[in-house]
Amino acid sequence: MATAKNYMYKSWWKILSVLLLVYTFVFGLWHKVPELPALQETIRNLYFHVCMWFAMMILFTISVINAIRYLRTLDLRYDIYTRQFAVVAMVFGILGYATGAIWAGYTWADPNTSIYNSFSTIARDPKLIGAAIALLVYFAYLILRDSINDIDRKARVSAVYNIFAYALLFPCIWILPRVMPSLHPGNEGNPALDVKNDISGSMRVVFYPAIIGWTLLGVWIATLKIRLNLLKEKKLLK
Amino acid sequence: MHQLQKSILTFTRNLFFTMVVLLLTLTVEAQQGGGQSGFGETMRSNGRIWVVIAVMVIILLGLILYLVRLDRKISRIEKDNA
Repeated sequence: MATAKNYMYKSWWKILSVLLLVYTFVFGLWHKVPELPALQETIRNLYFHVCMWFAMMILFTISVINAIRYLRTLDLRYDIYTRQFAVVAMVFGILGYATGAIWAGYTWADPNTSIYNSFSTIARDPKLIGAAIALLVYFAYLILRDSINDIDRKARVSAVYNIFAYALLFPCIWILPRVMPSLHPGNEGNPALDVKNDISGSMRVVFYPAIIGWTLLGVWIATLKIRLNLLKEKKLLK
Repeated sequence: MHQLQKSILTFTRNLFFTMVVLLLTLTVEAQQGGGQSGFGETMRSNGRIWVVIAVMVIILLGLILYLVRLDRKISRIEKDNA
């Protein structure tokens, strides 16, 4: 078992995460935002909804890096890393999906009809479907993992599947929504960082720290689960 | 280590309250700046946006506190197992 004091046991980045999140909550609600039709004050969701997806993407990237590390070394420790980072990333993805559903309900829905009547239009949006597929592929990762009893085989098969799932993220959430008409912002370009059209420069002052803060929070939760699992599997890892 | 974490927590708390007080003083300035949507202007003019911010920050800090405690607990178990 790794007793070396690596980043998981340090506290400076956890404190940084808390400070950035408090900053996000306070200034994100406080400072002036550009007035855009339909969005109005809801543009502040940028610091929360969009950051969920950024955090998800970064955590999935950490997960796939550890999957490759596992396949190179066959060290079960990396298998634990891979799984826990993937799970936390999925939680962030679900939160991003749920918050997006609320936001879309108030900004995409036809104001003259109820949200329920606009639902069929919203639900057909390629970006939503792409994100749903990407998350379902990762749900399948967990199911595949838990269906194999042999520990080494479980780790190897799920590491390979993790790489495939990561590869599938790109067509599902990066390419597909860009080539198809969508209600979601950023159709012909960048969905979240379009400085010229969507976001005024002042918003980036909160947006970038928010991404870092949320991501570090996700890493924190993941490392707690990793440490717990390292203890649990102590015998295997020796 | 325990002491350090405690002092960091106190520091964070102090920093937060300083920020709140600092920003409350800016409320007056914000009222003079126009160009806000009606909703945002109302929220800011009576200063009640702070109620929302306070609620959200308390929830955030509550969850963080939970994580800190969990972190410490796991650290203790790690020490016992070492």
